[in-house]
Amino acid sequence: MFKNKWTYLGFFILGVFLVCAIFAPYLAPEDPYQISLVKQLALPSGDEILGRDRNGGDIFSRLLFGARISLVISVVVVAVSGLIGITLGLISGYYGGWIDTVLMRMVDILLAFPPLLLAIALVAVLGPSLSNIVIALIVLGWVPFARLVRGQVLSLKQRNYILAAKTSGQADVRIMFVHILPNIISTVIVQATFALASVIISESSLSFLGLGAPPGTPSWGAMLSEGKRVILDAPHVSIFPGLAIMLVVIGFNFLGDGLRDRFDPKTNRL
Amino acid sequence: MVAYIVRRLFLLIFVLFGVVTLVFFLIHLIPGDPVDIMLGDYAVIADKNELRHDLGLDQPLYQQYYRYLSGVLQGDLGISVHSRKPVLDEILERIPASAELMWGSMTIAFLISFPLGILSAIKPYGFIDSFSMLVAFIGVAMPNFWLGPLLIILFAIQLDWLPVNERGGLENLILPAITLGTAMAAMLSRMIRSSLIDVLGEDFIQNARAKGLKEHKVIIKHGLRNALIPVITIIGLQIGVLLSGAIITESIFDWPGLGSLLLDGINNRNYPLVQGCILVISTIYVIVNLITDISYAWVDPRVRLV
Amino acid sequence: MTPLLEVKHLSIDFKLNDQIIPILKDISFTLNKGETLGIVGESGSGKTVTVQSILRLIPKPPLYRISGEIWFKQQDLLQLPLSDLRRIRGQKIAYIFQEPMTALNPVLTIGEQISEMLKEHQKIKGSDLKEKVIELLYETGIPSPELRVNNYPHELSGGMRQRAMIAMALSCDPEILLADEPTTALDVTIQAQILDLFQKIARDRGMAVIFVTHDLSVIAEIANQVLVMKSGTIMDYGDIFTVFDHPTSDYTKQLLAFI
Repeated sequence: MFKNKWTYLGFFILGVFLVCAIFAPYLAPEDPYQISLVKQLALPSGDEILGRDRNGGDIFSRLLFGARISLVISVVVVAVSGLIGITLGLISGYYGGWIDTVLMRMVDILLAFPPLLLAIALVAVLGPSLSNIVIALIVLGWVPFARLVRGQVLSLKQRNYILAAKTSGQADVRIMFVHILPNIISTVIVQATFALASVIISESSLSFLGLGAPPGTPSWGAMLSEGKRVILDAPHVSIFPGLAIMLVVIGFNFLGDGLRDRFDPKTNRL
Repeated sequence: MVAYIVRRLFLLIFVLFGVVTLVFFLIHLIPGDPVDIMLGDYAVIADKNELRHDLGLDQPLYQQYYRYLSGVLQGDLGISVHSRKPVLDEILERIPASAELMWGSMTIAFLISFPLGILSAIKPYGFIDSFSMLVAFIGVAMPNFWLGPLLIILFAIQLDWLPVNERGGLENLILPAITLGTAMAAMLSRMIRSSLIDVLGEDFIQNARAKGLKEHKVIIKHGLRNALIPVITIIGLQIGVLLSGAIITESIFDWPGLGSLLLDGINNRNYPLVQGCILVISTIYVIVNLITDISYAWVDPRVRLV
Repeated sequence: MTPLLEVKHLSIDFKLNDQIIPILKDISFTLNKGETLGIVGESGSGKTVTVQSILRLIPKPPLYRISGEIWFKQQDLLQLPLSDLRRIRGQKIAYIFQEPMTALNPVLTIGEQISEMLKEHQKIKGSDLKEKVIELLYETGIPSPELRVNNYPHELSGGMRQRAMIAMALSCDPEILLADEPTTALDVTIQAQILDLFQKIARDRGMAVIFVTHDLSVIAEIANQVLVMKSGTIMDYGDIFTVFDHPTSDYTKQLLAFI
């Protein structure tokens, strides 16, 4: 089904990620919030496979629960921003005119900020918390979807079957959802896959900077932030959360590349 | 070409206007009273009122906006709440360090991506290509807040070759520059590779060979000059990635640049400072994009001479 | 008289999608000094491949296997080391591509593209260089050559681009000109002009020309010898009057019926 073998590796990695996230409470040997003042910064060993952090928390358990956080946040952000972006892109591309102009100017302004900077600003003023991260990432996240969909709509608008549907009196909304949307859904799916990876990195970055959840939350980014503080004494704390992030991102990238090749009529010749 | 530049400048002004407006509104997004948050619970009411007045928060919204806008146009970005120095001064102090970091990471990015990208394009699917694609893939996926600490562990702790914190000589710049530059190197090498592969498939490349030119001339003079044109456009975007990535990198290495100033401002609830930093960083980005857009139009004679 | 170019038993296989496909099957022909040989056939007949293989311009994929000999001045071009072959390319044997818009580098002026050959092969420099380039443009019928030297390819019309390509090919005084369908991408009115140009330069410079086309009427106009190809094999080969009056293959007869 997929030409590229690496895509299956992507599926595998993401499968492991999903399992860890969903079944964290059953897989984790310890409570991720549990503190142990005795075993601080313990190295990997029998009792704690990946070692312990500054508060004595078991890194392995915290990683598993961190997977949950990453999964939930990325899915929520991509789903909501995707919906907003697709809708706005459809309307803007289909109707054109002042709606399109207004939207494109808004996009220009949002894109004038370096990526993540605006998210940092928003979280900074709204107050550091995971839900504010979600809000900030949604505010930025709809833009790539809107642009993608708008571009596709613009090129499809002139096709004959769309013009035929219009002249036969079909309602605009119907045309958009029945005729246009199915043709662009595959590119949107590919975009969403890469967006999931991007959100995971953004959330971890923001948590790393201390703009995420309260201290002690097992977000992977926050774990790296704590790790950095003790890096001279306990380097092992920094290694595993980052590895987790990287592997998940690679997994999404493999999947996204595979999907993209699969859907592209040019590369999908059998 | 001139018409293009003029249009682009109009867009620039519009966008900058939007940026300033957005930044202005930031302080009003704060849930609760900004002054309460900034001074904390134990502050005296008189002090709070004074701060409120200094920041203009007791005036109607449109007046505040006008005040902010005219201030910005004259170079007045407000006063830092904690140091009582003008925000602009604090920012300007930090610019050399940020510039050094940016320059260092861009150098590393170019040094890695150009040879890798070019060699990969010359022999696609060969050994160097597979190797560099792997490296690029990992480079894109590896978050810089992981790479940084890893590099610290390896080079500063285990091997004790390089110093870690603070700015200083060249050896202090290496680790932060590598941390920041790797993502850009990864993206750039893939872009150069695919652009050059496309160009090398064109007829005029075969024509150059048919003319008896030596192969390196064919690749560089004919291939690269065309292949780099689309690459220019993404360099602008990559600089944006560098600008925001720098915030994280400066935090990892205690680098005294704009990024850590911004973070200090956030942690101290120093909102005028935060607004000022965001404004300056975004303006730099907007101008960089203007420059790359114009460069692109200038470098491609098909666009320049229309 | 010894032939200028001798192609002996040229066979070429391509590898496409893991399949090995024979493209040329045992092609042999000769070219004498001052002669114009027309190679005619439909698309896919292998005529472009034949001519490109003389200068070994076919890229490794899809090129899989090449056998035979191509003799030029006591040297087998197929066995020559690349560095020696480069000295022949452009300088002794020049190639003109079919589509001038894609064969010219869009970011260099045509002056630059013509002069780089002169710089490479004949080591001409400076103002001599500029003069020679303008001369060449003039010879190929480009109006106001002093201005055109600084033009980019997209600033010229199709006909002028082809003339610029021809000027490029002639720059180092080659002995053989390989022209791959040079008029196919042009307007009919321009085609006639370019054909005249070919005849003129071949005559003035005493060059041998191999002219590839799918149009038999073009061959009738300018060629002395003709080679008819189909599916990688030779259908007819010989003096133009002989082949036209007494074609040996049915295929040629069919082609002639259409003139």
